[in-house]
Amino acid sequence: MTEETTELALPSRIEAIEEATLAAKEFAKRSGLGDDAAYGIDMAVREAVTNAVLHGNRRDYAKTVEIGFKRLPGAIEITVRDQGEGFDAGSVPDPTDPQNIMKTSGRGILFMRNFMDEVQWSRHPDGGTVVRMTKKR
Amino acid sequence: MAELSIKERTAGDITILDMDGKITIGEGSVALRGTIRRLLEEGKKKILLNLGGVGYIDSSGIGELVSSFTSINKEQGQLKLLSLTNKLKDLLGITKLLTVFDVYENESDALSSFK
Repeated sequence: MTEETTELALPSRIEAIEEATLAAKEFAKRSGLGDDAAYGIDMAVREAVTNAVLHGNRRDYAKTVEIGFKRLPGAIEITVRDQGEGFDAGSVPDPTDPQNIMKTSGRGILFMRNFMDEVQWSRHPDGGTVVRMTKKR
Repeated sequence: MAELSIKERTAGDITILDMDGKITIGEGSVALRGTIRRLLEEGKKKILLNLGGVGYIDSSGIGELVSSFTSINKEQGQLKLLSLTNKLKDLLGITKLLTVFDVYENESDALSSFK
């Protein structure tokens, strides 16, 4: 299967989350992924874009969320970049810790890590946070 | 079409919510929150969520289930879950919430478990 890169930039609003997951579904289909892998990518993209819209860009419509889908030999790589002030994944409390288990938020990163093989955060040189998620195929 | 359809029926003093669609950030989560809030205002505190038709839920939806559970417990009510899809069971397992919720496979067992 040939390599492919798809990129999109969406405004920071809740509707962008559905648009991103729709793009993820289409990309997974073009990449010949099975239902389980496609569902995992859908969930991970949903959570990453939710974080970018709500926490990174703080729903500022003037800021965009950039999403990249790459089909590489043996893997799918997805990047989500916000224009926020930075993010330390290590500072997010473990939602499965008994003291956090009844919290109503804070599970998105857990889902991203669960559904993808690798998830890494970095600071983009031009500003904002980039989360890079890889799934083997 | 709405992301989440919620149909309401009763069995004695228990309200059963038959849910169909997605519980995700935005419309789905808001619909669930609004329904639970209204039921509590009406004094209906024994609630069974039939989730058999919910094929997709995100972390916001899971948060909404937790929030519903907490709100109902605060009012000395009971929330129970019915007919979880495998995907939802997996998510509740990952989040270690499977043991927090009272989960049933069939409706008559669920209804007879309410005190």
